[in-house]
Amino acid sequence: MLHLIVHKGMSKIKSLVFISLLILISSLSHAQSDSIKSDSTKKKLINRVDLSDSITINQDALYNRPFIGLGRTGTALGGYIEGNTNYFMEDGVTEGFSMELRRFNIFIFAALGKRVRILTELEFEHGTEEIALETAQIDYKLHEVLSFRAGILLPQIGMFNANHDSPKWDFVDRPLSSTMIIPSTLSEVGFGFFGKFYRSKWAFSYDAYLINGLQADIVLNEEGKTFIPAGKNEEMFGEDNNGLPMVNAKFSVSHSKAGELGLSYYGGVYNNFRVEGEQVDAKRNLSLFALDITTKVNKFKLQGEYVYALVDVPDDLEGLYGQKQWGGWIEINYTLLDKKIIFFDQSQLLFNIRMEKVDFNADKMNDPSGFVVETKLYDEITALSVGFSIRTSSSLVFKGVYQYHWIRDLLGNPAARKAGFQFGLATYF
Amino acid sequence: MYKNVIRFVLKLLIMRISKYIIILLPLMLLVVISACNKLLPGAPDPGDTIAEPAEGLTPEQLVTFLAGDELFAKVYSPEQGLGPIFIQQSCEGCHVGDGKGHPFNMETRFGKYSGLVFDEMLDKGGPQLQQRSIAAYPSEQLPSDYTHKTGRIAPIVIGMGFLAALHDSTILNMADPYDADGDGISGRVNYVLPKEYFTPESIHIDSSGYYVGRFGKKAKEITLLDQIVFALKQDIGLTSDFDVEDIFNPQAGINSGDAVPDPEVSLDVVNNLVFYMRTLKTPTRRNEDDPDVLAGEQLFTQIGCANCHKPTLTTGPSEIEALSEKTIHPYTDLLLHDMGSALAFTTDGYPEIPEGSAQGSEWRTPPLWGLGLAQESQGGTGYYLHDGRATTLKETISYHATGEASNIASNFFALSEAKQDQIITFLNSL
Repeated sequence: MLHLIVHKGMSKIKSLVFISLLILISSLSHAQSDSIKSDSTKKKLINRVDLSDSITINQDALYNRPFIGLGRTGTALGGYIEGNTNYFMEDGVTEGFSMELRRFNIFIFAALGKRVRILTELEFEHGTEEIALETAQIDYKLHEVLSFRAGILLPQIGMFNANHDSPKWDFVDRPLSSTMIIPSTLSEVGFGFFGKFYRSKWAFSYDAYLINGLQADIVLNEEGKTFIPAGKNEEMFGEDNNGLPMVNAKFSVSHSKAGELGLSYYGGVYNNFRVEGEQVDAKRNLSLFALDITTKVNKFKLQGEYVYALVDVPDDLEGLYGQKQWGGWIEINYTLLDKKIIFFDQSQLLFNIRMEKVDFNADKMNDPSGFVVETKLYDEITALSVGFSIRTSSSLVFKGVYQYHWIRDLLGNPAARKAGFQFGLATYF
Repeated sequence: MYKNVIRFVLKLLIMRISKYIIILLPLMLLVVISACNKLLPGAPDPGDTIAEPAEGLTPEQLVTFLAGDELFAKVYSPEQGLGPIFIQQSCEGCHVGDGKGHPFNMETRFGKYSGLVFDEMLDKGGPQLQQRSIAAYPSEQLPSDYTHKTGRIAPIVIGMGFLAALHDSTILNMADPYDADGDGISGRVNYVLPKEYFTPESIHIDSSGYYVGRFGKKAKEITLLDQIVFALKQDIGLTSDFDVEDIFNPQAGINSGDAVPDPEVSLDVVNNLVFYMRTLKTPTRRNEDDPDVLAGEQLFTQIGCANCHKPTLTTGPSEIEALSEKTIHPYTDLLLHDMGSALAFTTDGYPEIPEGSAQGSEWRTPPLWGLGLAQESQGGTGYYLHDGRATTLKETISYHATGEASNIASNFFALSEAKQDQIITFLNSL
């Protein structure tokens, strides 16, 4: 017991050290970002990869980050770090106040000539609890409107998965449907083509990839419900579980003033229908359809994503494992101030609000004896988050959030209520 | 001049504060957090909560209770031993929030008579149907030659440890198998042959190798351990030290189990679950002092409901102080009563199965405590009786119209509507 207490004590000390480091790094990063504004070596790669100055699209998010160039080597480094505090209560029960260092990510970019770009991202989650190579992709530009991409890539499903860096967002937690239905961050091994072209103030982009795809634990998992993120595992980077790759495709249209609208699809066979070459089960499909929108009107920025999932579930799991899921969120960021705030030069103070919902089982239930027929199933979360954020530069953001969740179980019993406060910061470096 | 001084002081102050902002910020956050507790969802009324520990547990016992609580909610995957055939992936899958089950999670049991002996059809997947299966394994189907069937919804698990702590003599003293007192009620004990791992405690009375059954719809289990071992295997497909043989679908072939080594859950898991079930609190009454509740309580006794649904019992000695010699109000005698034809058949016409000495029409008096909380775990609609066939309490009482309780049901329906409602209000306060 004593050992346990000492260990817990050490964990707290480690957490405090982490948070202190985080604050220190953030401060330094802020100081650095202010001091090197004129330094041409630090700039967004977006400016190095032939993008229109007037239209920034979601497809470019991976390159729309600050990097520091290493002389004339063609290599650039970057990264981001995010941490936060948590204080939550669910139906009167709280585990108290805690802190976490969510992510420490490092990017490496390399350009080989005019056509080849290599981008990698190494992610450390919660210290060294989870270390992952989130991105390791090679882009080869064949033509202005056609590039080839291969490696570990971020599928373009919805807007969030390929554009999830915390310094770009004003809430601490990621949107529910973007993590619980679209399993962001989803990295996949695969290849495909992407491109974009411009017409006046319009930009059109597309992505199409073949990927190993999510695996069988989407059903019969430790969540006890259809849970698409459970289909992620380390093996998917080594081989496809069933020899049938999944497909990801996205098309989006942007207007320099109106914003961007994206339509995307991700799907294919997810289950282990054959073992050692023998077919042991029927092929079961997963299909995700997503719609995302981004627009900005004066001081308002509006973003949203909607996803609908169809999962082919074995008949005997009907009801328990949903065949239809959907979720969505809308986030509004309103700029209250855009000037020097306290000691931060040219900063923005934003008021943020996010409304979201996830329905894990949009099916109806029938019971074996026929007492309950065609009755709605629930298993859903509705959430409202409000908060303020201060963006001290394009790369550093302080966040304060209050969120409230209503969580209903499969049968629709009175909702459990969970709410809490989070304070966090995230910065590129 | 003054303005400039003030401006200078403020500027100095801001600069000073700025220097210490890193230290001040967390302090400010703590102040904000403590001030904002009102924005956080508070605990529900104690009367509306189920999964709470009994009063008086020691800190060490609370730790074990919490470990059991976690296991009760744990969802098992195929890699952890689920299946290969199963009904639910967790205890809470049926006992939603520890409450009463829902017909959606109905268990189906079946069997047939071979001569005078009831055959649980173990060779054909009996006694319980597992209609779900892990991937690439067939789910079980009802065999073609079953003649008896029953549907069961899970009971609320609250207060079970207190029922487990009753001395056998307390139950035996309520029995009246031959209706010696002539009140028309003849409750009897379901004597059960114990499992090989059963260790009698001081509360158990040996009756030629048989012991008093008290758990299950027909009182076929002696202890909570029996109930948990049965549910782990028959509901979730988990083997334990107490039953190491994996469940399988005979239609897929004998030995066609899952690939997880048995036992699939450790002794600690079973022990923690038993401890959790033993130490759940008894339900807290709601609106106890409401005049209608009080009037309903009196009527409940007057018309004879309390003859079987005994309001007050006292537990025997227990090594857990919180359970030992406590007065409880479960509204049961834990005895078997013949409920007649109304409850002798399933809603689709099959004869209800016997269990041990309990015949198809005989049912253990279910505890009524927690009755008013049933809808809280049933999606807002009440599903009462063993299979949820009644959706209101009046309909439930109407199923008492045959068998031993027929006179009492008649008494109830002879009351004015207002008095009937008072009894219902009382029942909902339990």
